[in-house]
Amino acid sequence: MLKLKIERAPAPVWMRSLIPIIAIPVTFLITSIIILLDGANPLTAYYHFLISPLASKSSAIEVLVKSTPLLLTGAAVAFAFNSGYWNIGAEGQLYAGAIAAAWLGMILKDVPPYLGIPAMVLGGFAAGMLWAFPSAILKVKLKVDEVVTTLLMNSIVLNVTSFLLNGPWRDPVSMWPQSPEIASGTVFFKLIPRTRLHFGIILAVVILIITWFVIKRTSFGLKMRAIGLSKEGAHFAGIKVNKTMLTVALVSGGIAGIAGAGEVAGIHFHLIDAISDGLGYSGIIIATLGGLHPFGVGLAALFIGLIDTGAQTVSRAMGVPVYLGDVVQSTLLLVTLSLFLLQNYRIRRVK
Amino acid sequence: MHAVEMKGIVKRFADLVASDHVDFNLEQGEIHALLGENGAGKTTLMRILYGLYHADEGQVFINGKPAVISSPRDAIRQGIGMVTQHFTLVPTLTVAENMVLGETGSVMINLPDVEEKVAAASERFGIPVKPQALIRHLSVGERQRVEILKALYHDARVLILDEPTAVLVPQEVDVLFKALLRLQQEGLSVIFISHHLNEVMDICGRITVLRDGHSVGTVQKADTNQKQLAKMMVGRESFGVKRQDQRQASVSSCLLSVQNVCAVDKKGLPALKDVSLEVHAGEILGLAGVSGNGQAELSAVLCGTQKTTRGKVQANGINLTNAEPASVCAAGVGRIPEDRHANMVGELSVAENLVLDQLGNFVKNGILEQDKIQKNAKTLIKEFQIKAAPGDRVRTLSGGNMQKVMLARTLSQNPAVVIASQPTRGLDVGATDYVRSKLLEQREAGAAVLLLSEDLEEILALSDRIAVIYAGKIMGVLPASEATPEKLGLMMAGSTD
Amino acid sequence: MDITLFLIGLVAATLRVATPLIFGTLGELFSERSGVLNLGIEGTMFLGAFVGFAVAATTGSLWIGLLGAIIAGMLSGLLMSLLSVRLGVNQHVAGLGITLLATGLSLYSFRLIFGESKIPPSIEPFPMLNILPESNPLAPITNQYLLTYIGIATIAVVWWVISKTRFGLQIRAVGENPEAADAAGLNVYAIRTRALAIGGALMAVGGAFLTLAQLGSFTFGIVAGRGWVCIALIIFANWQAVSVLWGALIFGGVQALQLRLQTLGFKLPYELFLSLPYVVTIIALTLAGRNASAPSALLKAYRRE
Repeated sequence: MLKLKIERAPAPVWMRSLIPIIAIPVTFLITSIIILLDGANPLTAYYHFLISPLASKSSAIEVLVKSTPLLLTGAAVAFAFNSGYWNIGAEGQLYAGAIAAAWLGMILKDVPPYLGIPAMVLGGFAAGMLWAFPSAILKVKLKVDEVVTTLLMNSIVLNVTSFLLNGPWRDPVSMWPQSPEIASGTVFFKLIPRTRLHFGIILAVVILIITWFVIKRTSFGLKMRAIGLSKEGAHFAGIKVNKTMLTVALVSGGIAGIAGAGEVAGIHFHLIDAISDGLGYSGIIIATLGGLHPFGVGLAALFIGLIDTGAQTVSRAMGVPVYLGDVVQSTLLLVTLSLFLLQNYRIRRVK
Repeated sequence: MHAVEMKGIVKRFADLVASDHVDFNLEQGEIHALLGENGAGKTTLMRILYGLYHADEGQVFINGKPAVISSPRDAIRQGIGMVTQHFTLVPTLTVAENMVLGETGSVMINLPDVEEKVAAASERFGIPVKPQALIRHLSVGERQRVEILKALYHDARVLILDEPTAVLVPQEVDVLFKALLRLQQEGLSVIFISHHLNEVMDICGRITVLRDGHSVGTVQKADTNQKQLAKMMVGRESFGVKRQDQRQASVSSCLLSVQNVCAVDKKGLPALKDVSLEVHAGEILGLAGVSGNGQAELSAVLCGTQKTTRGKVQANGINLTNAEPASVCAAGVGRIPEDRHANMVGELSVAENLVLDQLGNFVKNGILEQDKIQKNAKTLIKEFQIKAAPGDRVRTLSGGNMQKVMLARTLSQNPAVVIASQPTRGLDVGATDYVRSKLLEQREAGAAVLLLSEDLEEILALSDRIAVIYAGKIMGVLPASEATPEKLGLMMAGSTD
Repeated sequence: MDITLFLIGLVAATLRVATPLIFGTLGELFSERSGVLNLGIEGTMFLGAFVGFAVAATTGSLWIGLLGAIIAGMLSGLLMSLLSVRLGVNQHVAGLGITLLATGLSLYSFRLIFGESKIPPSIEPFPMLNILPESNPLAPITNQYLLTYIGIATIAVVWWVISKTRFGLQIRAVGENPEAADAAGLNVYAIRTRALAIGGALMAVGGAFLTLAQLGSFTFGIVAGRGWVCIALIIFANWQAVSVLWGALIFGGVQALQLRLQTLGFKLPYELFLSLPYVVTIIALTLAGRNASAPSALLKAYRRE
């Protein structure tokens, strides 16, 4: 007779890639409960959630628009997590990038696009790095827990943004709490006319490919992965742990900063308080869901972009609160995390 | 009727069978040794008895009645107490608080009352401890006493001691043995896990020998001798490797020099006090000592993973005082660390681990040269007889194969100096022989080898000269020809006569 | 302007601002002393604020509302336990996930129950106690909400539980050396689970104080990072219950001072002032960075081999 037994041992590698795929239906099963609470039919809701957005060209493009910053925050978080640096601050670094972009958009009047757009990208990158710097340096120099400091830096930048928008940067024309419109030379060009899809998505895909190349193909990538998997082992092998981790943390912040610059230069053209409604936190979900692999991150970002768009579709079509999207995302994160533990188990036959 | 009887115990860990249909019995009031090498399955068997592991097959009887022990709580209820190698005491709590940790009952704890009871128990069993003392202020020997008293406090009639002497100096061992004999007179039964033949012959009545998860047999002390036990334990009479020659007092050049090195331990207390050593080309210098006397710190200092507070380290003519691991590698120092799990990256592949400390040789313009890395792995896997594929994650390897990966990485770079820290701990006999032969090979090739080991037999078998470390100080250096276990034992206990 | 009046007002406001921080930090204390860093605190406080408000609004009883918040907080703690204790998920990410989930669930349910009305729904909150007559100059200090007094009393209770009771001993043991606790026959999972549930309940009360006492209504920015401040306070307080009071008062004081100065018409960039607690926290973390008194097993999932 065939007897099976579950025991603690590394599961085959292919299980790893299967986990997110199992996680999605499990998540939907769980979140059905709260949809039922609203008296709505979960199946109809999921139809609007997952299928409707893709049914029309305009909403499908909107999914890509929503995914653009997510590709970047996901890449930023995954990059940092790969080296064991728990950057929870992508949200704040994104805001820093957005602030820098709004500022550049104000001062770079009459700049041609071929100068203005690179300036926005580099400015966002630099600002994100800058905002990531305090946590990173405290981590490597004084071993201060980066999770807490990056979290707190998020709260600080939100206050800074609202200070700028209610004070020095308040739009002098409309008096809305938003910065003046950025110069036309700094606007990211559209990929498809009369849609919101902009240059940012190309940038995001290119950056994703670069992070893949760095992580998987370069010696720097091997070093950062070694640090992420065993700091002690990496240090023993002569890898400069602090220097590598500092670099990774700053680059991660920079990538998140570009996401913020992209939202200003490609979507809003102003700095506004709600420039990111948790895009940085979604980055953590995406990085986890994507198994920290840049290509997995790419797929996960598209999926979360779909959920974000879908939440609005569901809300419009059925009156289900739009926050269903947040619940689905966070449940997906927790389910995926739990399922990832399965890779420590395997099933074997007992004779 | 037996106090404990275990029948047909089987325990598997993934592919490893740690306990293979083992039978074992313990009589009332006897001290019974469980003898075997590292990895023979002694601890596994006892962890099953104490409820820390669950047996896959087999039965346990306590006082003749079948018993299901699925947690330490069950074991304690059955009158079984265990003192493990890693003490299970909470350092921030007092002795008395540790005693009542597992009890259930009233919401409040009447601590003065407990302290009184502990003091009474301490008196009755002749095991002196202070009930109010915080565990973290106690020495290792004192903590062991607390552990034993804790078991007795919970009315243990069967006491399991897992390698109790590993952390003690010989004088403390005497105290322990006296206490055990007194407990035996009180009617207690003791299971004494050890791999030291002399100890076992000293104190135990019966001896059960385990090898590779099998029970080799149980013998009466009167019917056996050390030689026979050794044969049962390792399956042959002595070490597989032997040094070829006894070298003259070395006139060759000094490759590793440690001068007046001081360093602190994790708590910031002095761990190395003015340590000075010299290792010459073509010799093995063995550093003997009881665990926790500064070996770990010395090894870390020499490997570049810990800073000194004073002193100088020089290897191969290069000053390596407080050097980073990268510079230590570059200076031609090969390092085989004590904790191979922590010092490799378990989740990376064998091939990646094999190049991790010499990435410069496998990178072009910052990009990894995958072909070269794979080729290197294939060559070394063959040369060092590693049972693994280049792509296997290192953490899936057995201890022996993991150590071979470490050896391969280190020795393939032809180091001038080798720092080997507990290189055979936890390895099976075959792997142990292999590692030892590789170290001798390095010596023949002219490297200076520093061997840090707590295994005196290993030190005696391999070294040309032997240094002894005690409380962070070098007690002396002897040529191997003058070293006897007795002499070394005295030095390891801090005696300077 | 009268400096005495100003100081009295400042002390009174400090106590009010400190109340949710005291509850939140004591909740985190339970979690962390048992070895689990619960970053779900921000979301759990938010959940407590929401559930307290929603239950009070539907039942018409503030006390039932508070009970609802306690139950919700316990459930949040149990979920954290399921993930980080039973399954052994990374505590950082699990906690953060719980914050996201609790926040999302609260917002979703709020919309479900109260719809999208223009005027935010409100309830009649707990009154301030009337210990001294209004005429007494010290009245603003003594006449606080009952929950503020309960919060301060809870500090003493938590100190007693942790240092004097059997349960406290068990929590300390599993937070310092779970292997030892296991070998002694304690159920590490169960003890951590209980600690997390109690911790979650306390966090939720901290959140519920905001809706049920201070404001009487529920807004989306109601918790506004207070949970993160608690995470810092626990380090500041060196994991000691009594020190939580001092930490919470100092932090509350900074916040209250800024509020007072603002109402007095000082032209302050108040948004930047709001960041002050976070900056102070980062500095406190930096100074406490090498502190060795954190529970040794913090962040480590316990697994038997």
